[in-house]
Amino acid sequence: MKQIRQIIERMVTVMLTLSGSVTSLAILLIIIFLFKEGFGLFSSPSVEKGYALCVQTSNPIETLTPEQIKKIFDYEITTWDEVGGSKEEIMVFRFDDIFSMYPEEEFGTDYELLPEKLGEVIAQNPYIIAYIPEQYLPQKNTSVKTLPQKNIQITDFFGGKEWLPTATPSPQFGVLPLIMGTLWVSFFAILIALPLGMGVAIYMSELAGARTRKLLKPAIELLAGIPSVVYGFFGLVVLVPLIQKALNLPVGETAFAGSLILAIMALPTIITIAEDAMGGTPRAMREASLALGATRWQTIYKVIVPYASSGIMAAVVLGIGRAIGETMAVLMVTGNAAVMPNSLFQSVRTIPATIAAELGEAPAGGAHYQSLFLLGCILFVITMLISASAEIISKRQHNKEI
Amino acid sequence: MKKTILTTVILIVALFSAQAQRIKGSDTMLPLSQKAAEEFMKIKPSYAVTVTGGGSGVGITALLDGTTDLAQLSRKIKFDEKNKLKAKGKTVKEVTAAYDALAIVVHPSNKVTNLTREQLEGIFTGKIKNWKEVGGANMPIVPYSRETSSGTYEFFKESVLKKKNYMSGIMSMPATGAIIQSISQTKGAIGYVGLAYLNKQVKAIHVSYDQGKTYIKPSVANAKNKTYPIVRPLYYYYDTAKESKVKPFINYILSAKGQKIVSQVGFITVK
Repeated sequence: MKQIRQIIERMVTVMLTLSGSVTSLAILLIIIFLFKEGFGLFSSPSVEKGYALCVQTSNPIETLTPEQIKKIFDYEITTWDEVGGSKEEIMVFRFDDIFSMYPEEEFGTDYELLPEKLGEVIAQNPYIIAYIPEQYLPQKNTSVKTLPQKNIQITDFFGGKEWLPTATPSPQFGVLPLIMGTLWVSFFAILIALPLGMGVAIYMSELAGARTRKLLKPAIELLAGIPSVVYGFFGLVVLVPLIQKALNLPVGETAFAGSLILAIMALPTIITIAEDAMGGTPRAMREASLALGATRWQTIYKVIVPYASSGIMAAVVLGIGRAIGETMAVLMVTGNAAVMPNSLFQSVRTIPATIAAELGEAPAGGAHYQSLFLLGCILFVITMLISASAEIISKRQHNKEI
Repeated sequence: MKKTILTTVILIVALFSAQAQRIKGSDTMLPLSQKAAEEFMKIKPSYAVTVTGGGSGVGITALLDGTTDLAQLSRKIKFDEKNKLKAKGKTVKEVTAAYDALAIVVHPSNKVTNLTREQLEGIFTGKIKNWKEVGGANMPIVPYSRETSSGTYEFFKESVLKKKNYMSGIMSMPATGAIIQSISQTKGAIGYVGLAYLNKQVKAIHVSYDQGKTYIKPSVANAKNKTYPIVRPLYYYYDTAKESKVKPFINYILSAKGQKIVSQVGFITVK
């Protein structure tokens, strides 16, 4: 009998250890997967895979940056001297254009004559830039020069200010507006939610009677249970027009709308955790303060809030975490314009919204797909940094008080 | 006895699997295929048609892998997709099932009714920023676009912007409904939606593709007689080796009944 119990006990221990290690292993694997997929981006070519850019051999241009390529194909750069060449006008040629120049029969049954025709076009136009698939490169034609392929640069990714991941031939992966947009919205969300949340937490733990608290607490917890899509819908239909009318703005989908919605969503987290922390203040400390002649308010801000400061800090961190990672509600109310934020009343695009909106159609394994994973990595690092720094701050504060 | 039951079961399974059809691809065409499949199965109960979305690119990939019988595409098959299919020894056949028109919409209070393609290009690439530049009131233009994952986004870029990129930092909305909602509550807004989604909350713009000589109102009639320019065909693609299997459904879509469904879900009939 005793032996059986021992065996069972050992089995339970093993199972508990196993479940613990499996969980940590799963987390580790997810992180490794995330970073592996993400950093693959920097070994992808800056021009779409399988395609090449060609110019005539007489053209002195040797390389083009992704930004220059994009501007040329958008007709924003129209002469070669803007990118270091001669003063002639650039002729932009996309692969599909060939089919409007020659009848389909001339390419042969298996398109074996296609490279020849492409070579012909490039040879005839000295100021052409052609965007064509690598498999149809006119290799034998000596008047065709292929521009060397460069990989996507880290500096272009983290320093770029344009997010146009589906632009052809050269997608723009400037992630700066997305990072700034995420931090911008979350920062103002916490700025709104913190005083409000603290107020409610103090009221609930110190001032409210037992009956009010019994009513208020489940109501606030209910707020946390509302799906974020519902918040987003409410924001789009009610909050956005309201903000637009009240502040007389040209657009209602602004960072401010996002911050407001996020603040409402972060409130329950902040309130419940802060209230729990304050409720944990020992009765002896409270009574000692009151016995010394301190008023109720003095007790709150001199004794209870400092005592609960680490708990309040945790509330703030979890609130920020909720705000930064929130996807659906923000996707619906911020307008998702990838611009550098410089005012609250302007549309912004956040990292989670970008991932949610774009992953569906990004071809698996492509540069766009990898860039979205890298965005996930950035999000992960941001949340990690925030929680780590908050931990340090709360520890230091705690030591000081005692 | 057991043997006969087994053979009948196998026969029934074989019968059903022979007539099961899978359709995959464009989300734009989802309502059409869904409705058509439902009606089709009512007439021919022995057929089982399953319809899934995922995007035009997904449809072609499935056709390539042989995991679908019909691919529904809201754009023409791309050159390299055709090549990939060829490399696998598959030749595909194209069927135009319907047409879809895009309407340019603004806030109902906006005075502007006519815009040329060049003006639209300027607006969506960020070169025209105020309504007074195109004959409207002095207020900033707020262009709304769909998200990059949408086929509509690509079609608009190809047809109206002539493959130029949208301005960076354009407002992008996750769904057509959200675009209508936003435009109806933003005075300076402009955006694009499928013709079927037009309603009184927004005002449709008359578009000119001939430098302003004629402005055409977006309507089913104008799309049908090909005077309205922003129209795209909706296609079904299938492997010619499987023609006999998918032919009944294709015939149904192209029949008078099938085309009635086409106009019911808001698209334009081919005939």
